[in-house]
Amino acid sequence: MSKTPPLLQINQLQRLMMGPLSLQVEAGDCLCISGPSGSGKSQLLRALADLDPHTGEACLQGVPASEIPAEVWRTRVGLLPPESVWWLPRVGDHFHGDLPVPLEHIGLSAAILAQPVAQLSSGEKQRLALMRLLSNHPQVLLLDEPTANLDPENTRRIEAVIDEYRRARQAVVIWVSHDQAQIARVADRYFAVSDGLLEETTIGGRQ
Amino acid sequence: MIELSVTDLAIAAVLVLLLALLSIRLRSNISQQLIIAATRTAVQLTLIGLVLKALFANANLGWVMLMALIMLLVAGREVMARQERRFKGWLGYAVGTISMFLSSFAVTVFALVVILGEDPWYTPQYAIPLLGMLLGNTMNGIAIAMDRLTHTAWEQRAVIEARLMLGERWDRAISDYRRQAIRSGMIPIINAMAAAGIVSLPGMMTGQILAGAAPVEAVKYQILIMFLISAGTGLGTLTAVSLGSKQLFDERQRLCLDRLRQP
Repeated sequence: MSKTPPLLQINQLQRLMMGPLSLQVEAGDCLCISGPSGSGKSQLLRALADLDPHTGEACLQGVPASEIPAEVWRTRVGLLPPESVWWLPRVGDHFHGDLPVPLEHIGLSAAILAQPVAQLSSGEKQRLALMRLLSNHPQVLLLDEPTANLDPENTRRIEAVIDEYRRARQAVVIWVSHDQAQIARVADRYFAVSDGLLEETTIGGRQ
Repeated sequence: MIELSVTDLAIAAVLVLLLALLSIRLRSNISQQLIIAATRTAVQLTLIGLVLKALFANANLGWVMLMALIMLLVAGREVMARQERRFKGWLGYAVGTISMFLSSFAVTVFALVVILGEDPWYTPQYAIPLLGMLLGNTMNGIAIAMDRLTHTAWEQRAVIEARLMLGERWDRAISDYRRQAIRSGMIPIINAMAAAGIVSLPGMMTGQILAGAAPVEAVKYQILIMFLISAGTGLGTLTAVSLGSKQLFDERQRLCLDRLRQP
């Protein structure tokens, strides 16, 4: 019996100052990355979502990105950028699929979908952007500081939603965070970026 | 028709000179540009008059084609120069020029063969002015539309990429801006058609009337020209915006703004 390939496999991925990186992530794993700003964390996530040209390749269940149409790849490998962008007048116009969890779980009410985007706070935008991404059902979540604008209560809520989604769908989560306590709460594996390379590190407080 | 003498033109030139003197008195720095532009008009139009005279005397397809090609290449350069964030390299020239070739040439040949039906179809008295009017207007439409497209793609890159991140195809991610660009390229000719005869008497029609043509005949020609121009501009703008928006993305549907020149 042949061994099933890992959900996400990164082979010699290189973009500008970042890489070359090789990494295998099993389904259901949450991998945290931290490092000084400008160290290439966002570049790595953008390259994984195939938004920037790069060398090397990422594979999903053994299939290289180049063999999957770009829009399908980006649906499966969903990137949540640090700043969310909204281009239609109302919040609800941006949602197509089913919401992954009721909006009450992230401290919002369904009425917010009828609101104009201009009335959202940055924290609301950040939470809704995650919902919008999850409603695409990605197999890999690339999260670039998903709780940066949130208070502790909403941070916990978002962590819970991501955790639930990861377990239910056996998704891979790659999570850029600067908060060591958060990393200790959510990470299965932890990497620090140094000189454009990922260095696997023990998670603070546990071995 | 009243023939104009050199003296008649000299009198009109005096008006421009008076304006230049007036602007010097008002310490406006426009007088130099005004004189240069007026001189260019006189020289360029005299030359083209001589060229057309020679061309009309030797109406063969080769010369007409050569003239048409030169007009196209100059118009292509003009389209490129009018875009702030045009494509780098040969693409910047090719997108506009190919679109103008496809639209203006196709519409001109169609009008010459199907509508005017002169023998031979390339009779320069018809072919060259018709092509000139089509190129001039298509050029405007394409330049405005491409400038708008590249400018908006640059300004709204975050939106386009956010849509790509959510799994939209490149053509969907840029569809709003593509529509806006086509619209802005078409607006001038739509406005011109809407205002024709009420606000403005179009130049070609006025010219024919001054040259002694019956007003109703001149009007018919003007309507024909307006329709041809709107078809040519629409076709050219659509082609340019389609080619251009495709070139903003690579084979993996990544937004490639590095293909645009920085202003």
